[in-house]
Amino acid sequence: MLALFKLERRPETSRAMVYCSPLIAVVLTVFTAMIMFSLLGVDPVKAITVFFIEPISSVDGIAELCVKATPLILIGVGLSLGFKADVWNIGAEGQLIIGALSGGGLALAFYDQESIFLLPAMLVFGILGGMFWAAIPAFLKTRYNTNEILTSLMLTYVGLLVLSYLIHGPWKDPDGQNFPESRLFHESALLPILIDETRLNLGWFVALLVVALGWVLVSRHVIGFQIKVVGMAAMAASFAGFKEKKLVWLTLLVSGGCAGLAGVIELSGAIGQIVPSISPGYGFTAIIVAFLGRLHPVGVFFAGLLMALTYLGGDSAQISLNMPNAVTGVFQGMLLFFLLASDVLIRYRFKFSQSPPMSERQQ
Amino acid sequence: MILEWLLPAILTIVTAATPLVFAAVGEAVVEKAGVLNLGVEGMMVIGAITAFATAVSTESGILAVIAGAVAGLALSLIFGVLTVYLQSNQVATGLSLTIFGLGLSALIGHSYVGKTFSGLPKLQLPVISEIPILGQLVFGHDGLVYLSVLSVMAVAWFLNRTRAGLVLRAVGENHEAAHSIGYPVRLVRLSAILFGGAMAGIGGAYLSICYTPLWVENMTAGRGWIALALVVFASWRPWRAFFGAYLFGSITIIQLYAQGMGVEVSAAFLSMLPYVATIIVLVLISRDSIRARLNAPACLGKNFHATG
Repeated sequence: MLALFKLERRPETSRAMVYCSPLIAVVLTVFTAMIMFSLLGVDPVKAITVFFIEPISSVDGIAELCVKATPLILIGVGLSLGFKADVWNIGAEGQLIIGALSGGGLALAFYDQESIFLLPAMLVFGILGGMFWAAIPAFLKTRYNTNEILTSLMLTYVGLLVLSYLIHGPWKDPDGQNFPESRLFHESALLPILIDETRLNLGWFVALLVVALGWVLVSRHVIGFQIKVVGMAAMAASFAGFKEKKLVWLTLLVSGGCAGLAGVIELSGAIGQIVPSISPGYGFTAIIVAFLGRLHPVGVFFAGLLMALTYLGGDSAQISLNMPNAVTGVFQGMLLFFLLASDVLIRYRFKFSQSPPMSERQQ
Repeated sequence: MILEWLLPAILTIVTAATPLVFAAVGEAVVEKAGVLNLGVEGMMVIGAITAFATAVSTESGILAVIAGAVAGLALSLIFGVLTVYLQSNQVATGLSLTIFGLGLSALIGHSYVGKTFSGLPKLQLPVISEIPILGQLVFGHDGLVYLSVLSVMAVAWFLNRTRAGLVLRAVGENHEAAHSIGYPVRLVRLSAILFGGAMAGIGGAYLSICYTPLWVENMTAGRGWIALALVVFASWRPWRAFFGAYLFGSITIIQLYAQGMGVEVSAAFLSMLPYVATIIVLVLISRDSIRARLNAPACLGKNFHATG
């Protein structure tokens, strides 16, 4: 296979490919998905329509797209900062849950009281909760040199079990017929709905705000520059006097805070109570969102919308085509594979091996 | 009298540890070749569902294990082509392998939820297995347990006693030098990755056809990640990974026995034990940064591109 061509390093990285690569990946994913669908005995054109067009052909559908994109964008912006600096927080799912529990716990503590301060306080608690959960790997990495990939992931499992404990124990709705669910939140603990009859809520604007803030940080602030340098050349960064430990703390706290915020927005905007499964893996999908969005806040915004569509598509395929919605995860993984594969073209180009044609050889 | 509960406890530790042994020893070889494959969880879960599906439809344990190994290997092939030949980031590719594996296994496993399989038969040697205690302890397991021990022996021998093992370690320590001597860096790495994939697949197969002979979505429950932690814990040495896996097996069963003995702790907290223990172990092992760096293969996680 590789005898036909070889990779040659480009003199400089191709900026065009940085932006083309996600498009190539999407096209290849859709193409492969069509093959997969026809192997499963489903008309591929119909399946693609059900998956990608039907979910967003109504106002309700578009509102739902934004609801699903909100946590993905929030977490994606935070994670992309860390990934740039070579800090691999992959425990955003756990930080999301702890953030949701911190904000949701506050809502439960004041469940029968009306206050305009409750909602802002919940959001702040959510951010702090996520930060706290991300501070553990940050502390262990800076103090004990412990790999943050494994610690942040282990803490995700711990976070899920904390949720399970609270929801089956102290926070269970006392009037809820023993279902593992909390009380319904009071009106003043719910984020205002933007469009009636949909779930689109104020959290969407929070996500847009975070994208704007992230953009300013990355392109206009010295911290954004430091993050980039540390990721590209750690040695140069330390010569320049950038504190690597400080950036580990910063990127983990920011990404944890974003994930926590996403969690509490999901609770008070979309769900309205604490349930056993707060997130269908937003924290993990956001990793793909960050890469697909080229680790840039604006790119993350579009990538978040696209990945949100795969969730809606999975649900729609379950209803219309009777397929398990696990198909979403397959799509997402495939998309990341194709993206990583076509990213090779950013730094390399294919060079077809030039064995001279037979006619020339004989001369 | 103590033996009455000690024996079943040890047997439970063995079944809890065996999947980790397979996955960790496989990953140790991959990392010794300088490749960090974070997709162990994905390969395990794909191995689990493929093995279970094969077991249900063929009723053959051996075929199931082979199917699990092949499935893990197939998934690792994607990782190998992407990282070794297309220079993709190893961390990101490994993560996507896990996401993809979890999704695909749920898709395949959709129609296998609720089905059952009788499990692998236990070794029953005439006379020897009937020796009280010792017979059960040494000769009373299923075939995969023995295979796991054999594979640790084989890997330890391969890495430390053979020329090919030396080449593999050289590739992991300094791929530029290995390349200039003329060793096929990419081929060595791809082979190591495929071996790791097959081992993770067998580990997953053990979960779904022996440990809990049924299919549940996400049934690996982080064991792939624990296996990755075990490799660090073991300083990339196969026998230490083996003992590490048994240590974790014992932690896993504490929760079972604590509940049995009526300890008043919520089940959720007991279930946290393996994850918290993993974090503690990682902290202990990586605290000394100089020693941690000396043990790790020097080219771990770095891609190789031959120039000229």
